[in-house]
Amino acid sequence: MVTVGTIIYEPGNSTNKTGSWRVFKPIMDKDKCVMCENCFIFCPEGCIKEKDGKFEIDYDYCKGCLICVNECPVKAISSIREEK
Amino acid sequence: MIEIRFHGRGGQGAVTAAQILAKAAFYDGKFSQAFPFFGVERRGAPVMAFTRIDDKKIRLRSQIYEPDYVVVQDPTLLDTIDVTSGLKKGGKIVINTNKDIKLEGYDTYTIDATDVALEVLGLPIVNTVILGAFTGVTGEVTIDSLKKAIMDTFPKKLGEKNAKAAEVAYNMIKEE
Amino acid sequence: MSKVKIITGTSAAAEAARLCDVDVISAYPITPQTTCVEKLAEFVANGELDAEFIKVESEHSAISACIGASATGARTFTATSSQGLALMHEVLFIASGMRLPIVMMNANRALSAPINIWNDQQDSISQRDTGWIQIYAADNQETLDSIIQAFKIAENEKVLLPVMVNLDGFILTHTVEPVELPDEEEVRDFVGIYEPKHAYLDPDRPITQGPVGVPSCYMESKYNVQNAMNNAEKVIMDVNEEFAKKFGRKYGNGLIETYNIENAETVLVAMGSVCGTIKEVIDDLKQEGKEYGLLRIRTYRPLPINHIREALKNAKNIAILDKDITFGMNKGAVYTDLAGFLKDKKTTNYIVGLGGRDIRQDDIKEIMKHAEKAEDGETKWMGLKEQ
Ligand code: SF4
Ligand code: SF4
Repeated sequence: MVTVGTIIYEPGNSTNKTGSWRVFKPIMDKDKCVMCENCFIFCPEGCIKEKDGKFEIDYDYCKGCLICVNECPVKAISSIREEK
Repeated sequence: MIEIRFHGRGGQGAVTAAQILAKAAFYDGKFSQAFPFFGVERRGAPVMAFTRIDDKKIRLRSQIYEPDYVVVQDPTLLDTIDVTSGLKKGGKIVINTNKDIKLEGYDTYTIDATDVALEVLGLPIVNTVILGAFTGVTGEVTIDSLKKAIMDTFPKKLGEKNAKAAEVAYNMIKEE
Repeated sequence: MSKVKIITGTSAAAEAARLCDVDVISAYPITPQTTCVEKLAEFVANGELDAEFIKVESEHSAISACIGASATGARTFTATSSQGLALMHEVLFIASGMRLPIVMMNANRALSAPINIWNDQQDSISQRDTGWIQIYAADNQETLDSIIQAFKIAENEKVLLPVMVNLDGFILTHTVEPVELPDEEEVRDFVGIYEPKHAYLDPDRPITQGPVGVPSCYMESKYNVQNAMNNAEKVIMDVNEEFAKKFGRKYGNGLIETYNIENAETVLVAMGSVCGTIKEVIDDLKQEGKEYGLLRIRTYRPLPINHIREALKNAKNIAILDKDITFGMNKGAVYTDLAGFLKDKKTTNYIVGLGGRDIRQDDIKEIMKHAEKAEDGETKWMGLKEQ
């Protein structure tokens, strides 16, 4: 069903789960993270969410663009090859 | 239904005059409507404005072609414009002039409104003066309603002065 | 307490927006709408209206700002005319597609070239397929009342569409006449507070508005707009009734208004202020024993086809007046919209009042006569000068 105004109420900006698009996968080191919110703001999918005072990545939607890796000032996010 | 046409020059307040008259008629318990001629407006250019007064709600939206009354705010308009165009036979026309003018076939009234305006207002703005004269000549609105309409159109002091100017003209033309 | 004021149509529109306690206004001045935004800016400046007035550099930006504002959940108002409305064109679709209940006053004015600031309805009629509800007011009181109704219609959960309230440029925008301003409390009670469930800005409940609509969902989203238009018919009628109960004024059934239609073989169909002149002529001719009727279309979108057909069931000759022209068909848009639904009648089309050409009582009489004698499907340009 298409919502009134085609508004999406789920996280991310797409109704399709985009997690399967990944070639690279971002891995966040929660101990290194200083909660600067850079990745949260820059993630184009809006799939970095705060939970219990820590950020985590929703891999159902993360499409592996690695913008978060680039934006993290303390290199708390690294990338690995996605296993397919 | 009564229809009135105002002739003036851009900036002389013909539209304001037509609106004040509509307000005055409303204060008398009637229905009214006022609108400008839908044309190009430039300061100093000849302009027209119209008022309709009726006992019932006014629905007519066309322009006015055969007025019952004509008001001329500037005597120089007489040379360039046919101010009596469409005026009903025997209809009344009120002209601001210091000359004695009679227009054939019409009931012509003249008042030196510029003189009154200079004396009472200290400015050559004649629209409220000529409304006073119009009211004296036609009795279509009461002078009290006219003064009330003038007062709530302008800021307090200016309103009082203009109401006074209208009353002076009203009495002048009544005495004639 | 309600009070009567002698005001122009643009002032009536501004007063209506104030009475409805709008949150955001964004508009760009254009003749003959200007005095409406001036008045609203004044209301905001002296604290009579607690709203955000967003100044912009064009109508395209004005309506875009309104969309942004409305998407946060704010009650939003704008006003424009003619070229300004044309400049808004592409953005108008976005407002309806995103289901944002923005209300707009449009002063009906001709489109250039040649440059013309006077009245016709080509501007709004050219926007008929943008998904906006369109109401055409016949006088200044109806302008004020329709804007109040418009918020209630637009914000209804079954509708959620933007509404354009049209009034004839100069003929209404620059004419003063008595207008009753209803009590502020009563208006606010009538329209209620806008609390959108679908589109809002809330950091705790993030949502995405205005996403890409891929082929697998685009048609559904447009079908939803059509459904909302269908729902709007009933809502417009209900709001008209509710308004009548509260404020004592009523405009036909909200969708159409008929006048002396029962006894008339020949019925004129028109929109806007010219309907007043037509009523005047109908009454005059009645005195001479001649019966003519009027069907005024108040909402052009949704176009209440069933109501129109029902109202015209006894009529033989239908004379449709258009203050617009569909070039290449030599017909107006109201005619082309209706003719197909009135196949069992004789329909004729009259192009009237383009660019402020005055529509006199004699023109109306001429239309009535012509409609009786003319062939089905004829078009006549009224008051056209010999060239
Ligand atoms: S890689 Fe990082 S920025 Fe890109 S989608 Fe995944 S979480 Fe977001
Ligand atoms: S950018 Fe790096 S430091 Fe900042 S919140 Fe994200 S993971 Fe933490």
